[in-house]
Amino acid sequence: MTTRIGVVTFPGSLDDVDARRAIGLAGGEPVALWHRDKDLKQVDAVVLPGGFSYGDYLRCGAIARFSPVMETIVDQARAGLPVLGICNGFQVLCESHLLPGALTRNDHLHFVCRDQRLRVENASTAWTSDYAEGQEITVPLKNGEGGYVADERTLDELEATGRVVFRYLDVNPNGSRRDIAGVCNEAGNVVGLMPHPEHAVEALTGPTTDGLGFFTSVLKKLITA
Amino acid sequence: MARVVVDVMLKPEILDPQGQAVQRALPRLGYEGISDVRQGKRFELEVEGPVDDAALARVHELAETFLANTVIEDFTVRVEATEGVEEVTGA
Repeated sequence: MTTRIGVVTFPGSLDDVDARRAIGLAGGEPVALWHRDKDLKQVDAVVLPGGFSYGDYLRCGAIARFSPVMETIVDQARAGLPVLGICNGFQVLCESHLLPGALTRNDHLHFVCRDQRLRVENASTAWTSDYAEGQEITVPLKNGEGGYVADERTLDELEATGRVVFRYLDVNPNGSRRDIAGVCNEAGNVVGLMPHPEHAVEALTGPTTDGLGFFTSVLKKLITA
Repeated sequence: MARVVVDVMLKPEILDPQGQAVQRALPRLGYEGISDVRQGKRFELEVEGPVDDAALARVHELAETFLANTVIEDFTVRVEATEGVEEVTGA
Protein backbone atom coordinates (compact mmCIF):
# COMPACT_ATOMS: atom_id res chain seq x y z
CA MET A 1 0.00 0.00 0.00
CA THR A 2 1.39 3.35 -0.94
CA THR A 3 1.41 6.33 1.35
CA ARG A 4 -1.02 9.07 0.36
CA ILE A 5 0.14 12.65 0.67
CA GLY A 6 -2.35 15.41 -0.03
CA VAL A 7 -1.42 18.68 -1.71
CA VAL A 8 -3.90 21.52 -1.28
CA THR A 9 -4.65 23.80 -4.21
CA PHE A 10 -5.80 27.31 -3.24
CA PRO A 11 -6.76 29.85 -5.89
CA GLY A 12 -3.34 31.21 -6.83
CA SER A 13 -1.34 28.13 -5.81
CA LEU A 14 1.38 27.59 -8.38
CA ASP A 15 3.66 24.94 -6.92
CA ASP A 16 1.00 22.34 -6.22
CA VAL A 17 1.86 20.29 -9.31
CA ASP A 18 5.59 20.44 -8.47
CA ALA A 19 4.82 19.28 -4.93
CA ARG A 20 2.74 16.37 -6.22
CA ARG A 21 5.52 15.45 -8.62
CA ALA A 22 8.10 15.53 -5.81
CA ILE A 23 5.91 13.21 -3.71
CA GLY A 24 5.68 10.77 -6.61
CA LEU A 25 9.44 10.83 -7.18
CA ALA A 26 9.99 10.08 -3.49
CA GLY A 27 7.73 7.03 -3.77
CA GLY A 28 4.48 8.34 -2.34
CA GLU A 29 1.04 8.70 -3.86
CA PRO A 30 0.18 12.37 -4.41
CA VAL A 31 -3.45 13.31 -3.81
CA ALA A 32 -4.87 16.60 -5.05
CA LEU A 33 -7.00 18.44 -2.46
CA TRP A 34 -9.18 21.47 -3.20
CA HIS A 35 -9.30 24.27 -0.65
CA ARG A 36 -13.12 24.44 -0.58
CA ASP A 37 -13.33 20.77 0.29
CA LYS A 38 -13.20 19.84 3.97
CA ASP A 39 -12.47 16.19 3.15
CA LEU A 40 -8.81 15.18 3.27
CA LYS A 41 -9.49 11.97 1.28
CA GLN A 42 -7.79 9.84 3.94
CA VAL A 43 -4.31 11.15 3.25
CA ASP A 44 -1.48 10.38 5.65
CA ALA A 45 0.16 13.80 5.38
CA VAL A 46 -0.50 17.18 3.77
CA VAL A 47 1.61 19.71 1.86
CA LEU A 48 0.51 23.33 1.58
CA PRO A 49 2.33 24.48 -1.55
CA GLY A 50 3.75 27.82 -2.63
CA GLY A 51 2.02 30.41 -4.70
CA PHE A 52 0.05 33.58 -4.24
CA SER A 53 -3.15 32.60 -2.54
CA TYR A 54 -6.08 34.96 -2.73
CA GLY A 55 -5.59 35.90 0.92
CA ASP A 56 -2.49 37.82 -0.04
CA TYR A 57 -4.70 40.85 -0.68
CA LEU A 58 -4.93 41.33 3.07
CA ARG A 59 -1.77 39.59 4.30
CA CYS A 60 -0.14 36.52 2.81
CA GLY A 61 -2.23 33.52 3.78
CA ALA A 62 -4.73 35.56 5.82
CA ILE A 63 -7.82 34.59 3.84
CA ALA A 64 -6.53 31.18 2.74
CA ARG A 65 -6.36 30.10 6.35
CA PHE A 66 -10.16 30.37 6.58
CA SER A 67 -10.65 27.96 3.66
CA PRO A 68 -12.79 24.95 4.62
CA VAL A 69 -9.91 22.52 4.11
CA MET A 70 -7.86 24.39 6.71
CA GLU A 71 -10.44 23.67 9.43
CA THR A 72 -9.82 19.96 8.97
CA ILE A 73 -6.07 20.40 8.58
CA VAL A 74 -5.76 22.50 11.75
CA ASP A 75 -7.67 19.87 13.78
CA GLN A 76 -5.72 16.95 12.33
CA ALA A 77 -2.35 18.72 12.59
CA ARG A 78 -3.02 19.24 16.31
CA ALA A 79 -3.68 15.49 16.48
CA GLY A 80 -0.35 14.68 14.80
CA LEU A 81 -0.95 14.73 11.03
CA PRO A 82 2.33 15.65 9.31
CA VAL A 83 1.90 19.00 7.52
CA LEU A 84 4.52 20.80 5.47
CA GLY A 85 4.01 24.42 4.42
CA ILE A 86 6.27 25.77 1.72
CA CYS A 87 6.48 29.54 1.09
CA ASN A 88 2.83 30.61 0.85
CA GLY A 89 2.05 27.39 2.71
CA PHE A 90 4.37 28.56 5.52
CA GLN A 91 2.50 31.87 5.59
CA VAL A 92 -0.84 30.01 5.80
CA LEU A 93 0.49 27.89 8.72
CA CYS A 94 1.60 31.01 10.60
CA GLU A 95 -1.73 32.75 9.96
CA SER A 96 -3.47 29.57 11.19
CA HIS A 97 -1.40 29.71 14.40
CA LEU A 98 -0.13 26.19 13.77
CA LEU A 99 3.32 27.77 13.69
CA PRO A 100 4.50 30.79 15.69
CA GLY A 101 5.58 34.10 14.20
CA ALA A 102 4.68 35.76 10.92
CA LEU A 103 6.16 36.51 7.51
CA THR A 104 6.63 40.13 6.48
CA ARG A 105 7.74 42.09 3.43
CA ASN A 106 11.39 41.45 2.55
CA ASP A 107 13.54 44.07 4.26
CA HIS A 108 14.90 45.32 0.90
CA LEU A 109 11.41 45.31 -0.68
CA HIS A 110 12.54 43.29 -3.71
CA PHE A 111 11.28 39.93 -4.83
CA VAL A 112 14.10 37.39 -4.48
CA CYS A 113 14.72 34.35 -6.67
CA ARG A 114 17.92 32.43 -6.01
CA ASP A 115 19.40 29.06 -5.21
CA GLN A 116 19.69 29.26 -1.45
CA ARG A 117 22.05 27.35 0.82
CA LEU A 118 20.47 26.23 4.10
CA ARG A 119 21.63 24.43 7.18
CA VAL A 120 19.40 21.72 8.60
CA GLU A 121 19.20 22.58 12.29
CA ASN A 122 16.71 19.92 13.34
CA ALA A 123 16.73 16.47 11.72
CA SER A 124 14.12 14.96 14.02
CA THR A 125 10.92 16.45 12.55
CA ALA A 126 8.48 14.44 10.45
CA TRP A 127 9.86 16.14 7.33
CA THR A 128 13.61 16.23 8.00
CA SER A 129 14.61 12.83 9.43
CA ASP A 130 16.40 11.85 6.20
CA TYR A 131 18.84 14.72 6.73
CA ALA A 132 21.63 14.95 9.26
CA GLU A 133 21.72 17.74 11.79
CA GLY A 134 24.11 20.39 10.47
CA GLN A 135 23.78 19.18 6.87
CA GLU A 136 23.92 21.90 4.25
CA ILE A 137 21.49 21.78 1.37
CA THR A 138 20.74 24.02 -1.61
CA VAL A 139 17.17 24.59 -2.80
CA PRO A 140 15.53 27.43 -4.75
CA LEU A 141 13.98 30.36 -2.93
CA LYS A 142 11.53 32.86 -4.40
CA ASN A 143 9.51 35.28 -2.33
CA GLY A 144 8.52 38.88 -1.77
CA GLU A 145 7.24 38.51 1.77
CA GLY A 146 9.58 36.01 3.36
CA GLY A 147 10.98 37.85 6.35
CA TYR A 148 10.38 35.65 9.40
CA VAL A 149 9.54 37.68 12.50
CA ALA A 150 8.46 36.89 16.05
CA ASP A 151 9.02 38.61 19.37
CA GLU A 152 12.31 38.00 21.17
CA ARG A 153 10.74 35.70 23.74
CA THR A 154 9.29 33.48 21.01
CA LEU A 155 12.58 33.46 19.09
CA ASP A 156 14.47 32.50 22.26
CA GLU A 157 11.99 29.73 22.94
CA LEU A 158 12.25 28.41 19.38
CA GLU A 159 16.03 28.32 19.66
CA ALA A 160 16.00 26.72 23.10
CA THR A 161 13.60 23.96 22.08
CA GLY A 162 15.22 23.14 18.74
CA ARG A 163 12.29 24.42 16.74
CA VAL A 164 14.40 26.39 14.30
CA VAL A 165 14.51 23.72 11.58
CA PHE A 166 16.43 25.58 8.84
CA ARG A 167 18.71 28.58 8.79
CA TYR A 168 19.92 30.61 5.80
CA LEU A 169 23.62 30.31 4.97
CA ASP A 170 25.78 32.83 3.04
CA VAL A 171 22.98 35.37 2.54
CA ASN A 172 19.93 36.27 4.54
CA PRO A 173 17.66 36.84 1.54
CA ASN A 174 14.77 38.66 3.20
CA GLY A 175 15.74 40.01 6.61
CA SER A 176 14.46 37.03 8.58
CA ARG A 177 15.20 37.30 12.29
CA ARG A 178 18.19 35.20 13.30
CA ASP A 179 18.52 33.91 9.71
CA ILE A 180 15.54 31.61 10.27
CA ALA A 181 14.33 29.89 7.09
CA GLY A 182 11.97 27.35 8.66
CA VAL A 183 10.41 26.36 11.97
CA CYS A 184 8.28 23.55 13.39
CA ASN A 185 5.59 23.14 16.02
CA GLU A 186 6.28 21.57 19.42
CA ALA A 187 5.50 18.04 18.26
CA GLY A 188 7.59 18.37 15.10
CA ASN A 189 4.83 17.19 12.77
CA VAL A 190 4.14 20.66 11.36
CA VAL A 191 7.04 22.26 9.50
CA GLY A 192 7.07 25.49 7.51
CA LEU A 193 9.84 27.00 5.44
CA MET A 194 10.26 29.74 2.86
CA PRO A 195 12.60 28.03 0.36
CA HIS A 196 11.21 25.44 -2.05
CA PRO A 197 12.43 21.85 -1.65
CA GLU A 198 9.91 20.64 -4.24
CA HIS A 199 11.92 22.50 -6.91
CA ALA A 200 15.09 20.56 -6.09
CA VAL A 201 14.11 16.95 -6.74
CA GLU A 202 15.44 16.33 -10.25
CA ALA A 203 18.81 17.10 -11.84
CA LEU A 204 17.14 18.39 -15.00
CA THR A 205 15.12 21.15 -13.37
CA GLY A 206 16.69 21.87 -9.99
CA PRO A 207 20.05 23.10 -8.77
CA THR A 208 20.33 19.89 -6.70
CA THR A 209 18.15 17.00 -5.62
CA ASP A 210 18.54 18.09 -1.98
CA GLY A 211 14.80 18.69 -1.62
CA LEU A 212 13.82 15.06 -2.05
CA GLY A 213 14.72 14.33 1.56
CA PHE A 214 11.61 16.16 2.82
CA PHE A 215 9.33 13.74 1.06
CA THR A 216 11.33 10.59 1.76
CA SER A 217 11.50 11.63 5.43
CA VAL A 218 7.74 11.78 5.83
CA LEU A 219 7.22 8.55 3.88
CA LYS A 220 9.62 6.71 6.21
CA LYS A 221 7.94 8.19 9.24
CA LEU A 222 4.53 7.10 8.05
CA ILE A 223 5.66 3.58 7.19
CA THR A 224 7.27 3.04 10.57
CA ALA A 225 4.41 4.74 12.42
CA MET B 1 -25.69 52.78 8.85
CA ALA B 2 -22.55 54.00 10.48
CA ARG B 3 -18.92 53.86 9.60
CA VAL B 4 -16.45 52.07 11.81
CA VAL B 5 -12.79 52.62 11.05
CA VAL B 6 -10.17 50.02 11.86
CA ASP B 7 -6.57 51.21 11.65
CA VAL B 8 -3.91 48.51 11.50
CA MET B 9 -0.24 49.32 12.06
CA LEU B 10 2.83 47.13 12.29
CA LYS B 11 3.98 46.96 15.91
CA PRO B 12 6.76 49.47 16.66
CA GLU B 13 9.39 46.76 16.99
CA ILE B 14 8.58 45.22 13.58
CA LEU B 15 10.66 46.57 10.70
CA ASP B 16 8.52 48.47 8.19
CA PRO B 17 10.56 48.48 4.96
CA GLN B 18 7.77 50.24 3.00
CA GLY B 19 7.64 53.09 5.50
CA GLN B 20 11.43 53.32 5.40
CA ALA B 21 11.44 53.54 1.61
CA VAL B 22 8.96 56.41 1.78
CA GLN B 23 10.98 58.14 4.50
CA ARG B 24 14.20 57.87 2.46
CA ALA B 25 12.50 59.51 -0.51
CA LEU B 26 11.42 62.58 1.48
CA PRO B 27 14.70 64.57 1.50
CA ARG B 28 15.03 63.99 -2.25
CA LEU B 29 11.62 65.57 -2.68
CA GLY B 30 12.56 68.52 -0.52
CA TYR B 31 10.71 67.50 2.64
CA GLU B 32 13.15 67.85 5.50
CA GLY B 33 12.68 67.16 9.17
CA ILE B 34 10.63 63.96 9.04
CA SER B 35 12.60 61.40 10.98
CA ASP B 36 10.39 58.33 10.56
CA VAL B 37 7.51 57.02 8.48
CA ARG B 38 5.36 53.98 9.26
CA GLN B 39 2.86 52.72 6.72
CA GLY B 40 -0.35 51.04 7.83
CA LYS B 41 -3.79 49.97 6.63
CA ARG B 42 -7.14 51.64 7.17
CA PHE B 43 -10.37 49.67 6.85
CA GLU B 44 -13.70 51.47 6.62
CA LEU B 45 -16.59 49.23 7.58
CA GLU B 46 -20.17 50.33 6.85
CA VAL B 47 -22.15 48.75 9.66
CA GLU B 48 -25.88 48.22 9.44
CA GLY B 49 -28.02 49.17 12.41
CA PRO B 50 -26.92 50.95 15.55
CA VAL B 51 -23.27 50.79 16.50
CA ASP B 52 -23.83 49.79 20.08
CA ASP B 53 -21.40 48.00 22.35
CA ALA B 54 -22.34 44.62 20.93
CA ALA B 55 -21.72 45.75 17.35
CA LEU B 56 -18.41 47.30 18.33
CA ALA B 57 -17.42 44.12 20.12
CA ARG B 58 -18.06 42.18 16.93
CA VAL B 59 -15.95 44.59 14.90
CA HIS B 60 -13.23 44.30 17.51
CA GLU B 61 -13.34 40.53 17.20
CA LEU B 62 -13.17 40.63 13.40
CA ALA B 63 -10.27 43.09 13.55
CA GLU B 64 -8.43 40.87 15.99
CA THR B 65 -8.97 37.59 14.14
CA PHE B 66 -8.89 38.75 10.54
CA LEU B 67 -8.00 42.35 9.67
CA ALA B 68 -4.90 42.41 11.88
CA ASN B 69 -2.36 39.73 12.63
CA THR B 70 -1.74 40.50 16.28
CA VAL B 71 1.59 38.71 16.17
CA ILE B 72 3.00 41.64 14.21
CA GLU B 73 0.28 44.30 14.11
CA ASP B 74 -1.65 46.59 16.49
CA PHE B 75 -5.10 47.88 15.66
CA THR B 76 -7.58 50.50 16.81
CA VAL B 77 -11.35 50.57 16.28
CA ARG B 78 -13.33 53.81 16.24
CA VAL B 79 -16.72 55.01 15.08
CA GLU B 80 -16.58 57.77 12.51
CA ALA B 81 -19.42 60.26 12.51
CA THR B 82 -20.84 60.66 9.03
CA GLU B 83 -23.40 63.23 7.95
CA GLY B 84 -27.00 62.13 7.82
CA VAL B 85 -26.26 59.08 9.85
CA GLU B 86 -28.09 58.28 13.04
CA GLU B 87 -26.15 59.02 16.17
CA VAL B 88 -24.09 56.29 17.64
CA THR B 89 -25.86 54.79 20.58
CA GLY B 90 -24.06 53.97 23.75
CA ALA B 91 -24.50 51.03 26.04
